[in-house]
Amino acid sequence: MNNDIITNSTASPPRDNGIILSTTNIDKYFYDPIEFQVLKNVSFEVKKSELLTIVGKSGSGKSTLLYILSTMDTDYKGQLYIDGQIMTNLSIDQLAAIRNEKIGFVFQFHYLLAEFTCLKNVMIPALRLGKLSEKEIEAKAYHRLEMLGLADQALKPASKLSGGQQQRVAIARALINDPLIIMGDEPTGNLDSKNTGIVFDTFRELSHNYGQTIIAVTHDEDFAGKSDRIVEMKDGEIIS
Amino acid sequence: MNINTDIAKTYILAGKKQTAVAALGVLLGMSIYIFMNCLIMALDRSVTTNVFKNTSHIRVYNDDKISKELVKDDHSKYIIVNPKVVPRSNTIIDPQMVSATILKQKEVAVVTPQVNAPLFYNNGKSQISGLAVGIKPSEANIMYDIKSTMVDGDFEALKTNPSGIVIGAGISEKMNLSVGDNLNVTSAKGVNRTYKVMGIFKTNISALDKTKSYVNLASAQQLQKEGASYITDINVNITNPDDAIKVSEVLAQLTGYKAESWQESSESVVAANKMRAIVMTLVSSLILLVAGFGIYNILNMTVSQKINDIAILKAIGFKGKDVVRIFITQALTIGAVGVIGGVFLAIILVTILRNTYVGGDIGYFPINYEGRKFVQGVVFGLVITFLAGYFPAKKAARVDPVAIFRK
Repeated sequence: MNNDIITNSTASPPRDNGIILSTTNIDKYFYDPIEFQVLKNVSFEVKKSELLTIVGKSGSGKSTLLYILSTMDTDYKGQLYIDGQIMTNLSIDQLAAIRNEKIGFVFQFHYLLAEFTCLKNVMIPALRLGKLSEKEIEAKAYHRLEMLGLADQALKPASKLSGGQQQRVAIARALINDPLIIMGDEPTGNLDSKNTGIVFDTFRELSHNYGQTIIAVTHDEDFAGKSDRIVEMKDGEIIS
Repeated sequence: MNINTDIAKTYILAGKKQTAVAALGVLLGMSIYIFMNCLIMALDRSVTTNVFKNTSHIRVYNDDKISKELVKDDHSKYIIVNPKVVPRSNTIIDPQMVSATILKQKEVAVVTPQVNAPLFYNNGKSQISGLAVGIKPSEANIMYDIKSTMVDGDFEALKTNPSGIVIGAGISEKMNLSVGDNLNVTSAKGVNRTYKVMGIFKTNISALDKTKSYVNLASAQQLQKEGASYITDINVNITNPDDAIKVSEVLAQLTGYKAESWQESSESVVAANKMRAIVMTLVSSLILLVAGFGIYNILNMTVSQKINDIAILKAIGFKGKDVVRIFITQALTIGAVGVIGGVFLAIILVTILRNTYVGGDIGYFPINYEGRKFVQGVVFGLVITFLAGYFPAKKAARVDPVAIFRK
């Protein structure tokens, strides 16, 4: 939307010094089966064009943190700012509109819509946004698939592709609205090493050549090792 | 095309079989609903047609008055009160003027005076009691459609023959009378006259066929030993028989006489019609409701199957109302297909029944294409499919994507 500085007297205001996402003092509890604090006082910042990975053992709260950063989980304490705008306490529909425009997702289980072609899968977020005509969106989606080496698969149903291909389609879908941030939840968790390599290279290229900000949760050490910055979590806290 | 519609379309086409089954449910429910409602209207009409062969929509007459106590005093406890019918003639005063007043009402179609003369049909020593109805033949025919019930002779001949009589089939059978024979009657007032049988009618209501006969108005007045101004009843037919109660109230105000609608005089018929309508409406609505449950079920299943898709759509920025729209569109598409098919099937069913010969004095089954019932069915069908879609759609809109991705 804009890069204006939003000042907030109660919390430390994020400054527009290349910081695209920041959190202050995020706490999160699970109540079922017993009360349990998953995130403790998490505060960190993500800079523009950064390829950031969040690592940690299972149960360390890294996925929970990502879902809060993604604005899908709204049940937390503390503040979340994306692009200088506060996300906390916005309505579900406002958050949906923000996700549509500013955030792209890549999941562990590629999660494409099986009944649609790859091209259509890529087009859907842009069709929802509705800023371009259908023709322009189609051209753009095709271009994205081409960029990821999937131009020849464009018109196949999504379910007919291999896992690695599906994950690349998912990346193309995440890119279609030129989002501020791409978020990945174990984006390589379900792939073999060859496809992991391809996905990682794709991320790296996006980050370095196109200035794309990427946040990925992973427990793949190789993947994390090659990223710009690693945030390590343990028992709901950032330890490094 | 809107992306929500596009997604709904893809889901429908992906589950063609399910969609077809759900649509078939609506189709059957719809057609049965419309068909049964047309059937009720046909049955009601055939019953009321029978009623109107003998009864006018509204009967205006001078009702008996009960005497009232002269003194109204609560303190004097010893007044003996004995209410009785006031002894006076029950004629309508100046019937021409009353008829003219009634005819001025815009709902009124036919007005005709009538004199009822109780009498005996004499056959040698034996007598059959009965009722001669004095009428103006052409007006009465418009009102009761007497000609359609004639089995022998000519009703028209009554017009030109002042001593003519048209008798019920039961009377003709008992007394061995045929057209052209003479019939001697004695009225309750002791007048003895001989009539010539002009025709025989048969209403299939044996109580009428065995007792009733039609004579000219003047003849009936003579049987009652009265003059030309003696009219006991004025019968009124209106354009829409269902409005009879309303119009009768107006007529009672206007004329000062008692105006009785057919609904009042044949309460049991009205009640039976109502009962039939309740049963049929209930049954047909329930069938449509069951079809609605079919849609509900299938959409619920679709929502469960597509829960990952819904989570994805919400993650990439679809709002709750977008999701609702996707599933409502599916429901309404199924509904629309079912409704259109249902209308066609209903038309076919009604057409088949219309061409079914049932015999008797009914002939072909008297069912019509009731436009209002078709519209009602379509609206009802679409409302039910909307509701059947709304609840699964709401459920889909409430899906929490995080809960799905965490699994």
